[in-house]
Amino acid sequence: MKNRVEFTAAVENEMRLLLPSLSVNEGMARAAVAAFCAQLNPTALELADIKCAVSEAVTNCIVHAYRESIGEISIGVKLCEGRLIQIEIQDKGCGIADVKKAREPLFTTDAEGERSGMGFTVMENFCDEMRVQSRLGRGTTVILRKRLHK
Amino acid sequence: MLKRGGTVEFVTRGDTLIVKVFGEIDHHSAAGVRKGIDEKLSRERPEKVYLELSAVEFMDSSGLGLMMGRFALVKQYGGSFAVLDPSEAVLKIMRLAGMERMITVLRTKSKI
Repeated sequence: MKNRVEFTAAVENEMRLLLPSLSVNEGMARAAVAAFCAQLNPTALELADIKCAVSEAVTNCIVHAYRESIGEISIGVKLCEGRLIQIEIQDKGCGIADVKKAREPLFTTDAEGERSGMGFTVMENFCDEMRVQSRLGRGTTVILRKRLHK
Repeated sequence: MLKRGGTVEFVTRGDTLIVKVFGEIDHHSAAGVRKGIDEKLSRERPEKVYLELSAVEFMDSSGLGLMMGRFALVKQYGGSFAVLDPSEAVLKIMRLAGMERMITVLRTKSKI
């Protein structure tokens, strides 16, 4: 699996966070990313979008990638020139069989768990760009990019 | 800063149950919120159920699942269900999912 997407904008600051896939860490993950991004003075709306997108990606790792097991979730955040934020959320879980299908609104493999199937749709709409790289049995990397208002 | 996960408060007025949720609704907190509401619904089967979401500061798509599940549950026993005073955060994600077309959204100035 290709772990990193080429990214040409100069990185001005970055952080990396490793968390076990415990649901209690969902709030921690989005709060940590938001706190790091706050140094760029985003609007409240931009910060809310980032928090929501991160929450969706981390929840996917917990609910779908690792399911009943506990694995490692890696979250990398890069603050780049031009007020560009890149967030990479990576798991080493089961992978996604059909990424195109998974990205469709309302598609879920966990209807019994009352999943809405809107996770990727939220990420895509609350960020400027979303890339999903996945391999069965190896894991999934979601890359979110958002350019903040100047 | 870490915020408190969703907590629930119930107000019963005749055949109406108002469920007020506070804090953040995500996959983690939704489980507890769901359990609390479902216990109340199965015990009392109120005719009208209002899910009051003005005090929800954060909600991701787990909240949509929570909402749809309660809507289905209430419909199943013949009751009516509406979302009351959703915060901006809630409304934004509801709109994205087109949920306003499925679930009645009411706005009122009367608070619990």
